[in-house]
Amino acid sequence: MEHYNMNLTLKVWKQKNSQSKGSFETYKVNDISSEMSFLEMFDVLNEQLVHDGKEPIAFDHDCREGICGACSMYIDGQPHGPWQQNTTCQLHMRAFKDGDTIVVEPWRSSAFPVIKDLIVDRTAFDRIIQAGGYISVNTGNAQDANNLPIKKQDADDAFSAAACIGCGACVAACKNGSAMLFVSAKVSQLALLPQGQPERETRVLNMVTQMDKEGFGNCTNTYACEAECPKGISVANIARMNKEYLKAGLNTKE
Amino acid sequence: MALDSKIPQGEMDKKWEDYKAHVKLVNPANKRKLEVIVIGTGLAGASAAASLGEMGYKVKTFCFQDSPRRAHSIAAQGGINAAKNYQNDGDSVFRLFYDTVKGGDYRSREANVHRLAEVSAAIIDQCVAQGVPFAREYGGLLSNRSFGGVQVQRTFYAAGQTGQQLLLGAYSALERQVALGNITQYSRHEMLDIVMIDGKARGIIARNLITGELERHFGHAVLLCSGGYGNVFYLSTNAMGSNVTAAWKAHKHGAYFGNPCFTQIHPTCIPVSGDHQSKLTLMSESLRNDGRIWVPKVKDDNRKAKDIPEAERDYYLERRYPAFGNLVPRDVASRAAKERCDAGYGVGTTKMAVYLDFASAIKRYGKIEAGKPGNEQADEAGIIALGKEVVKEKYGNLFEMYEKITGENPYETPMRIYPAVHYTMGGLWVDYELQTSVNGLYALGEANFSDHGANRLGASALMQGLADGYFVIPYTLGNYLADDIRTETIPTTHPAFEASEKAVSDRINKLMSIGGTQSVESFHKRLGKIMWGKCGMARNAQGLQEAIQEIQELRKEFWSDLKIPGEINELNPELDKAGRVADFLELGELMCIDALHRNESCGGHFREESQTEEGEAKRDDSNFSFVSAWEYKGDSNWELHKEALEFEIVKPTQRSYK
Repeated sequence: MEHYNMNLTLKVWKQKNSQSKGSFETYKVNDISSEMSFLEMFDVLNEQLVHDGKEPIAFDHDCREGICGACSMYIDGQPHGPWQQNTTCQLHMRAFKDGDTIVVEPWRSSAFPVIKDLIVDRTAFDRIIQAGGYISVNTGNAQDANNLPIKKQDADDAFSAAACIGCGACVAACKNGSAMLFVSAKVSQLALLPQGQPERETRVLNMVTQMDKEGFGNCTNTYACEAECPKGISVANIARMNKEYLKAGLNTKE
Repeated sequence: MALDSKIPQGEMDKKWEDYKAHVKLVNPANKRKLEVIVIGTGLAGASAAASLGEMGYKVKTFCFQDSPRRAHSIAAQGGINAAKNYQNDGDSVFRLFYDTVKGGDYRSREANVHRLAEVSAAIIDQCVAQGVPFAREYGGLLSNRSFGGVQVQRTFYAAGQTGQQLLLGAYSALERQVALGNITQYSRHEMLDIVMIDGKARGIIARNLITGELERHFGHAVLLCSGGYGNVFYLSTNAMGSNVTAAWKAHKHGAYFGNPCFTQIHPTCIPVSGDHQSKLTLMSESLRNDGRIWVPKVKDDNRKAKDIPEAERDYYLERRYPAFGNLVPRDVASRAAKERCDAGYGVGTTKMAVYLDFASAIKRYGKIEAGKPGNEQADEAGIIALGKEVVKEKYGNLFEMYEKITGENPYETPMRIYPAVHYTMGGLWVDYELQTSVNGLYALGEANFSDHGANRLGASALMQGLADGYFVIPYTLGNYLADDIRTETIPTTHPAFEASEKAVSDRINKLMSIGGTQSVESFHKRLGKIMWGKCGMARNAQGLQEAIQEIQELRKEFWSDLKIPGEINELNPELDKAGRVADFLELGELMCIDALHRNESCGGHFREESQTEEGEAKRDDSNFSFVSAWEYKGDSNWELHKEALEFEIVKPTQRSYK
């Protein structure tokens, strides 16, 4: 790969806390290497800010290898930036060129209130999992793992759904702020597996109820969530969840 | 205090069974009254919290991330070992036990390792029951692969995301207990002190990282599941937030630190590309199942990999270790890579890298696929295409990750890799019950020192974290709490809580008031350079003595010239980080002291003074067959306690993978 350096202008959302009103601030960074990750470019900017006696930009990040789901920047109008199936931390500066202006915002959704700058509160996702995103099996209750053969295709499909990292890009991408992709990924994983059958109906009903309670919007099939999902979670999961929900609703005995 | 490891009497393979049969129990009515604090929500913490919640204890979990699901266990790639013998290749509890003791270069405690091997199979059962989607064969049964240092296939996996799937399983069990009211979960909270009352750990001081407020929490017992301390090196495969703070606070209250210098340098990571580098990314050890490691046979060969003919490549692991080849243990593979690069055979622009090449695996798999009905027409290009599909199925996400970071396509050109800090075998000293040398304070998972000796085998960290959380602590904690059923909840107005909170608050104020000129990040980077250069893959007495001096000076500079912007009572990541780096600046010194004291090579600890003629690590069993347990005695002052290691079953020999 050819390496090159670039000078950039950044317009970044600054907001002191959840109560205050935020606004964009403009920053300049120089001599950014194309080999840096996007967050390393932010490290450079923050070092510069600390050095100048200013407050650095707060952003969520942890593993920096695309799996923990912490990073959550809305870059030039796209969650996680311009690369497909990618997280912010894995975005590298070779995606940009000298002289670019880059606009960076937090996830925008009423169910994800801003805590500070680019950091939002995603605890709604934890509460949705609490509503039913599990199989009720206590430690020590399990039979031998190979007593339960599972069709490879089902296991693979369940894995594809389970690959969700819970970052919330789907919500940020959706004009309705819908969390259907996130919720349906968990519902699908467990509905596809034999272990998930006993709670299959209550699970989908409870998780969807909690999702609504958290203030996430409805799905209107624009597929923006799938397009922006860093792990390529398919909207087919949403279709599956709708079917599961309908079936469960019909079967519910009052 | 004398070290009592509390290893049960009896035959090795009966110890755990006997222990469980005779351990004290707590009845359900009493469990409801007993409170347990769990620090960290990775595999060890989440599995422990969920299991204890299921049993009826009142549990509180704490993590600094915004959700328990983001703990760094999530990033573990390759797999989890278990002695299932599903492949009918001669595996057994004994084999797993033996491989782990040998792999650890005879510096682990046999009884703990045996227990680990015994419970390994139940972990897989539990995870499958939770809906963890492990890889499967077409017949619907579980699939396995090999990892370094063993000759069987006992590793269960979910593509290159095994840690993620296992953690999400444990996290879902945890969230279920939250929903049932048995667990209260505190995210974006950091533990900053242990509260001691009458010689027992009775609670913690935690800081709410959003508001900056300090909180007091009581617990009848405290479990530290806070992971390893690889970030003392600045660059490592750990997450940015991974830190030693919880363990270090415990250490200062009397918990001994075991084998702090035992660090695992993982052989296959993406090399450093420049000074801006903030972390290093692992390429799973599972890749060594199919990837072949090589460098050019001549020095300073600047040709591209594809232009170097087969005869001019040195597959140095296969050459040096024919029995294990590319699957030698991590410490051996790392040192071999360093040796080649130091000798001038490295590749890439920095020359600090070696190739990990998949070309022959792609060809081999392609030929197998071409032999299947329907594929007979495949020509050479077709065979390669079929082979790539197989490799993609096995390692697709890793290859994508590599390409995103480096901009190179590993299906076409070999990966460039170099060793990087990955895991710390050292940690808080614990006895057989996972209790530290402080009553009521436990350490689980990577935070303790117990099972991996001087070198951890691949796919064993996930196994240990879940073994400790699901299957060990539920028994051993009861043995302690059974004597504590009459202890009422202690109000957090108790003077010990007041004093502890004040100490924490004073320290934060002190950090904020330094008012110097240098950022936390810059200090951390400098510490990392000292550690990597002088306490990294190779260590010698002179370097370690220098490092101790340099760290002391750096620490002084830190406390006089640190600059932290922002306020205390708000979300302030620079302040959070300052506290962690301050602790690393103390730990680093202890690691160097430990490395200096251990004048032998073993596992990942390579003292240049102690090597065989072929450059392999040379142990000194007559002088160093013990666990170093360091007691904190004040600034730069530690007292060494030794736990002698006795090997009843696996007799120490010079480890050979030739």
